[in-house]
Amino acid sequence: MKLKLATLALSALMAAAPAMADLVYPSLSYRTGPYAAGGIPFADGYADYFTLLNERDGGIGGVKAKVIECETGYSTEKGVECYESTKGEGALVYQPLSTGITYQLIPKVTADGIPMHTMGYGRTSAANGKVFSNVFNYPANYWNGASLAINHLLDLNGGDIKGKKVALLYHNSAYGKEPIRTLQELAKKHGFELSLLAVDHPGQEQKSQWLQIRREKPDYVLMWGWGVMNQVAIQEAVNIHFPMENFIGIWWSGSENDVLPAGEAANGYKALTFHNVGHNFPVFDDIQKYVVDAGKAAGNGDQIGTVLYNRGLYAAMLAAEATRKAQELSGKAQITPADMRDGMEALEITEERMTELGMPNFGPSFKVSCANHGGPGTGAVQQWDATAKEWKLISDFGPSDMDVIQPLIDEDSMAYAKENNITPRDCN
Amino acid sequence: MCRTARGSNIMSAEFYYGVEVFLNGLMAGVMYSLVALGFVLIFKASGIFNYAQGVMALFAALTLVGFQNGQIPFASLINAIFGTNLHSFGWHLPALLAILLAVLVMILFAILVERLVLKHLVNQEPIILFMATIGLAYFMEGFGDLMWGSEIKKLDIGIPQGGNGWVESHTAFLGGDDFYGFYLDSLDIVAAIVAVALVASLVLFSQYTKTGRALRAVADDHQAALSVGISLRTIWVIVWSIAGFVALVAGIMWGAKSGVQFSLSLIALKALPVLMLGGFTSIPGAIVGGLIIGVGEKMFEFLIGAPYLGGATENWFAYVLALLFLVFRPQGLFGEKIIERV
Repeated sequence: MKLKLATLALSALMAAAPAMADLVYPSLSYRTGPYAAGGIPFADGYADYFTLLNERDGGIGGVKAKVIECETGYSTEKGVECYESTKGEGALVYQPLSTGITYQLIPKVTADGIPMHTMGYGRTSAANGKVFSNVFNYPANYWNGASLAINHLLDLNGGDIKGKKVALLYHNSAYGKEPIRTLQELAKKHGFELSLLAVDHPGQEQKSQWLQIRREKPDYVLMWGWGVMNQVAIQEAVNIHFPMENFIGIWWSGSENDVLPAGEAANGYKALTFHNVGHNFPVFDDIQKYVVDAGKAAGNGDQIGTVLYNRGLYAAMLAAEATRKAQELSGKAQITPADMRDGMEALEITEERMTELGMPNFGPSFKVSCANHGGPGTGAVQQWDATAKEWKLISDFGPSDMDVIQPLIDEDSMAYAKENNITPRDCN
Repeated sequence: MCRTARGSNIMSAEFYYGVEVFLNGLMAGVMYSLVALGFVLIFKASGIFNYAQGVMALFAALTLVGFQNGQIPFASLINAIFGTNLHSFGWHLPALLAILLAVLVMILFAILVERLVLKHLVNQEPIILFMATIGLAYFMEGFGDLMWGSEIKKLDIGIPQGGNGWVESHTAFLGGDDFYGFYLDSLDIVAAIVAVALVASLVLFSQYTKTGRALRAVADDHQAALSVGISLRTIWVIVWSIAGFVALVAGIMWGAKSGVQFSLSLIALKALPVLMLGGFTSIPGAIVGGLIIGVGEKMFEFLIGAPYLGGATENWFAYVLALLFLVFRPQGLFGEKIIERV
């Protein structure tokens, strides 16, 4: 009897052990449903990077990384269920990959003491670390994106866009509405005329909006879209002969998925990005050798170098680097979510380190701090080459207009703090 | 009224842009009708509200593109099990042949639905049949994903797209210098022609063929049709096959705009107000309902939605319009009024 009990206890211990012995990174992915085409490459890139670290380096600081995938189908309800079902596994950091899920998880992760990284999406004012202690959105957010788009227009027009007509075509949701306030402030500053065109979910029918664009002839159209809205918008722009080089999408409107359906006619379409494009980086040789060729890739290896795969890979790299920092600060290899949060807050990415990682000039150098969880807010512009079927960076990574953005971040985050009775942290 | 530099009296450009929105509303309505038609055909013949109609359009379009591009079905599954690296047969089929093969697959699908689902649910309540189609929809979505993959596929069967240059150049003179001519998408024009041909074929089929008359008999009274020797099961296969074909046409027209992707199944949402307005049992109702919804939502967006309400009013306004019709005509515009006498 004693032997049986001992065996049972040992079995239970062994079953529980892997969760505690690994560094756990939940991936709230969506490989099914209407947004699967965007969710799959990101999830593949995220998983493949951790597999690379496990296979090549034996993990991070000698501890294996474990990615737990949970399918959200891009549904907020399922995303919350995924969080609840995985947080007990020793989850170190969440990447919800959805603004809707992010909004629901902000109070939960704060209460549970688990950090969340919403890179290029989510609640923009979470950049204020004094209020949002557990939420990080480095290296860039939507408001940086709005400013980067206007900066590009300024570059194209010798610094003067006064009187120019700029239309924002946006998904009629919390996500799509994010840049409006920033663009309105920028319109006041630079004197351009802003018009707003809302597109209802899912965005399959946009005839009214594009007839309006054809009538009003804006000089530039900016797009905040996702999923089918992007593909239809680009096709409609082609249909009305809108100059593609004057059509600029946010980074969620700038993947291969968005331009390929329109074929050659999509040539010249632009999008913003906060990381580099293509597969000419040494890290991809290692991914091929240790992950794809070894039959351990999350997908079939054909997404490597695509925009969203690279984004997933970049997110994983930032998580891994924050883990290293957390291990260094805590002095232990097996860190807790609280250690991970501290690691993310002390994260410093340098070009020297990016080169060591096989990702030279893949993303910006930056330093996170207690007050600034948003990073540098830098970004670049990529343009679609339909003949080569690839995106090309056509600008350097430049800064956004923090003079306009920072007051908006402060205002919104302090309003959140007031609503939720949060006393901002003293970061001095 | 205003006078142009060319000296002729004309209406203002704004008026002609209103006409343009009206025309595009008609064209959008045709696209909605194409989806609604599939619902009507199945409901008329079997009393089933087919929740899977949108997914059928997706599956048909996926199959068409898969055949056309020589994609190996279930390649990812085969590769995962056997460690192979199969993706394509290496051929590119002509569009017509690919369409024909896709039609055959939809017929096979109709046979399987009848054999595996409907046969076992004869004489069940409509709500049970409706729930069966919900299950069917989710199964087909996953099956389509497994069979053809979830990446977005370009659909190109040679249908022209973009503003029709002829229409634009021949109408540019109407509204003065601020008017650029009517914008009509060539794809929408083709869709309208196809819809007219489809409805005419369906009407001729149901009026002048023996099978068509049997379909109408089943639609009128199942029991009476059975008593004169009409096979309900055969009729169901035929109706689901025709609905599958209509789904393929809708999938082609919508898929040409956005690429073939899983959100294509959501086009069913655009058919619901059309069905509420046109009735679930009338083919002309689906067409007229589509046109009214298309024009109504586009004109509302143009005149009120965009200028005063911040835009994006089309989705909800279509339902408001349908509700208004329902209040005054619950059976829909062309639906059959049910009178039960004791």
